[in-house]
Amino acid sequence: MSPSPFDLFFNPRGIVVAGASTHPGKFGFVALHNVLAGGFSGRLFATNPEQPTILGIETLASVDEVPHGAADLVMVCTPPKACPDILRSAADRGIGAAFIASGGFRESGAEGARAEDQLIELAHSLGIVVAGPNGQGLISTPAKLAAQIVAPVPPAGPIAVASQSGNLVSAFMNYAAHSGVGISRAVSAGNAAMVGVVDYLGWFANDPATKAMAAYVEGVGDGRQFAAAIREAATAKPVVLVKGGTTQRGAQAAASHTGALATDDRVFDGMVRQSGAVRAATIEEAFDAVAAFATQPLPAGPRTLVLSSAGGWGVIAADAVSSSDLELIPLPSDLEAAIDGLVPPRWSRNNPIDLAGGESRDTIPDAINLVADHPEVDAVIYLGMGIQANTASYLRSGPYFESADLARICEYHERQDGRFAQAAAEASVRTGKPILAATELAVTQPGNAGPVTMAAEGRYCFSSADRAVRALDHMWWHARWRNRHCSAAS
Amino acid sequence: MGALSEFESKQLLATHGIQVSRDKLAHSAEAAVDAAMEIGGSVAVKLCGPALAHKSERGLVRLALDSPDGVRSAAEDLLALATADDGEVALLVSEMVEGHRELIAGVVHTEQFGAALMLGLGGVLAEAVGEVVFRLLPVSEADCQDMIDDLGVSALLAPLRGEPAVDQDALAATLLGLAQAGCREGIEAIDINPLVIRDGQPVAVDGLVVMSSP
Repeated sequence: MSPSPFDLFFNPRGIVVAGASTHPGKFGFVALHNVLAGGFSGRLFATNPEQPTILGIETLASVDEVPHGAADLVMVCTPPKACPDILRSAADRGIGAAFIASGGFRESGAEGARAEDQLIELAHSLGIVVAGPNGQGLISTPAKLAAQIVAPVPPAGPIAVASQSGNLVSAFMNYAAHSGVGISRAVSAGNAAMVGVVDYLGWFANDPATKAMAAYVEGVGDGRQFAAAIREAATAKPVVLVKGGTTQRGAQAAASHTGALATDDRVFDGMVRQSGAVRAATIEEAFDAVAAFATQPLPAGPRTLVLSSAGGWGVIAADAVSSSDLELIPLPSDLEAAIDGLVPPRWSRNNPIDLAGGESRDTIPDAINLVADHPEVDAVIYLGMGIQANTASYLRSGPYFESADLARICEYHERQDGRFAQAAAEASVRTGKPILAATELAVTQPGNAGPVTMAAEGRYCFSSADRAVRALDHMWWHARWRNRHCSAAS
Repeated sequence: MGALSEFESKQLLATHGIQVSRDKLAHSAEAAVDAAMEIGGSVAVKLCGPALAHKSERGLVRLALDSPDGVRSAAEDLLALATADDGEVALLVSEMVEGHRELIAGVVHTEQFGAALMLGLGGVLAEAVGEVVFRLLPVSEADCQDMIDDLGVSALLAPLRGEPAVDQDALAATLLGLAQAGCREGIEAIDINPLVIRDGQPVAVDGLVVMSSP
């Protein structure tokens, strides 16, 4: 693979923060702070014409003083007027990429638009690739690079994000930090004057650190180019798209019925599906889907089994499966016989399997293995994890913890939920089938041993049964697209 | 932007392998009666011409005529309803295509994504129903299968009220043929509305080809 200009953004030898500030309220301070605090693995330079040191590092008066070849990326946090000279100096110092966080360009009106066009023309003539302007920055966890004018700095992981909105990059990364399913690369495209969301996706598609991608888009520019780029990316790795600014506007006057029905959103939706990408209605749904893609194998078919030790959630999950493209299979008779051997006879005897509280120490891991191994099951939704640890949590905080000597039972409960999470992860790896676990405790009690162990296993814990089913439905849709559209191609 | 008449539109669609209703063009009420006899059974008579894109809105369609007198009087009525703006008109005599299921299919050039193929539910009610799916041209056979799946109504494609299941391969072939027609030079939009499922097979009962402005 030939080196790409995107390597300069995401794996730079060194970075220059141009316009570093001593004022903690300024972007030029936060950007430098974040690069330092993130522990960037390459060389770091900061420019400030007046302050000799900021945050303990010696500043340079300008980009002109950066040693030639020491840096590949300049993060520009100056007023817009300073940008052209910074690009000239950067090019002179062998810097090939600029992330321009500065605002005051196209988003601010006609004058800003002119300044942006001139800046991009200059960048082309200098051979510098420009991200932004008016973007919040980029993250590259393999390089420990957090070049951003805002929080957060997410944990490292398999998900790449590109977005036309900076705060939605943050939203994806906040979910990543909360769930423990981390980020490989993330970038806010800003005004996307030179480089747009699909360009980043094209690079992520070949990035070994990335397993799945999420993107937020509003405008798509050239629709045909956009479609081709999405298809290329989705053929390599799952892509989850959220589209903002959805309208019902008809594309054509009613010269034909087809024209009257061709609203922008319907045609966009068809384009996305044709390209093999998955479209999510909300950022939450998108993160659920991309986290599922990044941490679970694709289902080989739609046959889904719900395994629950929490009655009502099992029913809700089964309802959600029934109204999706997934198939709620009848419980295979040999599986019924096998589960009969594990629990007292009052269990549900259908799909959803509700163990009805009849579990002993090894029941849940055994049941997970039984359903995952069954040849008629393509995917499992596992519910009820965390209930024991939740009980333990209350016992621990209650008035009888000491007097009733509850420490041992609490530890047992917590250990059990850890084992359940582990069993789900191991069975998925062993069988190559997706096993999606869900509990609201992932949100309501993030320290619960169930969700905590899921995260430690590198898996995503869904916060409700129906959200897990929705993510699985997206996975099955993409798997089917792959079978239909990619199997023959070499 | 001009259009082809229904007759010409369906002839063009037929050259791309799309099954269309049996049609005969007639230039007088008597010729319409002869055409109806030749087609046999119950027929529809419509006023037909390049300027008549939306016939049913103007009451220019007479359905289920099963006697020579019925055909004759319908034909005379329709010819009398033609206005100077309609230009050259003729009578189109078509077999009645019976089926409980009506779909809509079409091609349109969109501003953002260029030519796109559509499949939807509802036939003449399609705009009210709003259940349609699109793909960009060109399409593969797999894309056409996906469109059928995307409609998300497997019950509607299964055997229904004494009719066999929809032949999905034939429906995909219709979409491919339509896509091919839509890629021809000079075509701005195509409607097949309704696309009626008869004995499991899709049949174009009305067709409209809109040409782009020269």
